Amino acid sequence: MPKATNTDDPDAPDGVQIDLISGERMDGMATMEKIRMILDGVHDGNIVILEEGLTPDEESRLIEVTMAEISPDEFNGIEIETYPKSDTRNASLLGRIMGGDEPTAKLTVIGPANQIETLHKDETLISALVSRD
Amino acid sequence: MGLFTELKDSISRVTDRLFAEEEPKRIGIYGPPNAGKTTLANRIARDWTGDAIGAESHIPHETRRARRKEDVEIERNGKSVTIDIVDTPGVTTKVDYEEFTDEMDEDDAIRRSREATEGVAEAMHWLREDVDGVIYVLDSAEDPITQVNTMLIGIIESRDLPVLIFANKIDLDDSSVKRIEDAFPQHKTVPLSAKEGENMDEVYANIAEYFG
Repeated sequence: MPKATNTDDPDAPDGVQIDLISGERMDGMATMEKIRMILDGVHDGNIVILEEGLTPDEESRLIEVTMAEISPDEFNGIEIETYPKSDTRNASLLGRIMGGDEPTAKLTVIGPANQIETLHKDETLISALVSRD
Repeated sequence: MGLFTELKDSISRVTDRLFAEEEPKRIGIYGPPNAGKTTLANRIARDWTGDAIGAESHIPHETRRARRKEDVEIERNGKSVTIDIVDTPGVTTKVDYEEFTDEMDEDDAIRRSREATEGVAEAMHWLREDVDGVIYVLDSAEDPITQVNTMLIGIIESRDLPVLIFANKIDLDDSSVKRIEDAFPQHKTVPLSAKEGENMDEVYANIAEYFG
């Protein structure tokens, strides 16, 4: 599988790289593979957009791994945004009926905490400001 | 004789365990940094056991280790529940040591940020493995629709854990309990001020009712 991100290249254009990752690409990946792909991209200064988001369990592990990788003056963590759920209890019930931890299937934006700032968020709109560093 | 006494004690311990009441439920106090989790945990612990749990501070990430207060028996309106209170570090997706440098020197700020990141990871681990219910504490003067709140409530729901939302800091002018009720209509929201001790009767009635 080709590496999705690369900003260490001195010939790379001066800008912010955005990786839009399809649900299909994420489908066959294990939880840690997804988390590694996301955090490798974010460490490179990229904005990672997931077409179908992560499951709650994957989100909890993403927070844990992110915390382990925070380092003063190098990496402050991530900014992550998804649309808030309108009624999570129904979704959770459906998930149980369908037999497990269903993905949230909601577009998710993840970037370095020092480069992305959420300006506005509601159930249908995420507005974010992205800077180069 | 010694062997007989040991055997008798051993049998006694087993029968005690067999007929003991249900183990206390571990109730995790979760929420973003500076929502007042430790102030609430201390208020509950002081009211029912006479002891505090941990230090409180206006500087975020004062609580950097999960702390448990065991066997807190709460009684209200004829209902009673015995719980272990687990006060957890505030959950976030980012920690920048420079946030603390106004309050302390750089070395202490870096140490605090490192401990804070470990604390967040520990809180997530407790949530996945070791709590039976959750009190989710929010600062009612702040916007509740943040990614951390959305994610954590989603994680709690995915694990089928019972959750009560506590709208804390109702003593502040900007407080809005309705904003929290509107953000999480699927859960019961209880208003309170842990610092001032406002509405604690309703807090304890809900804990006894919900986790009992």
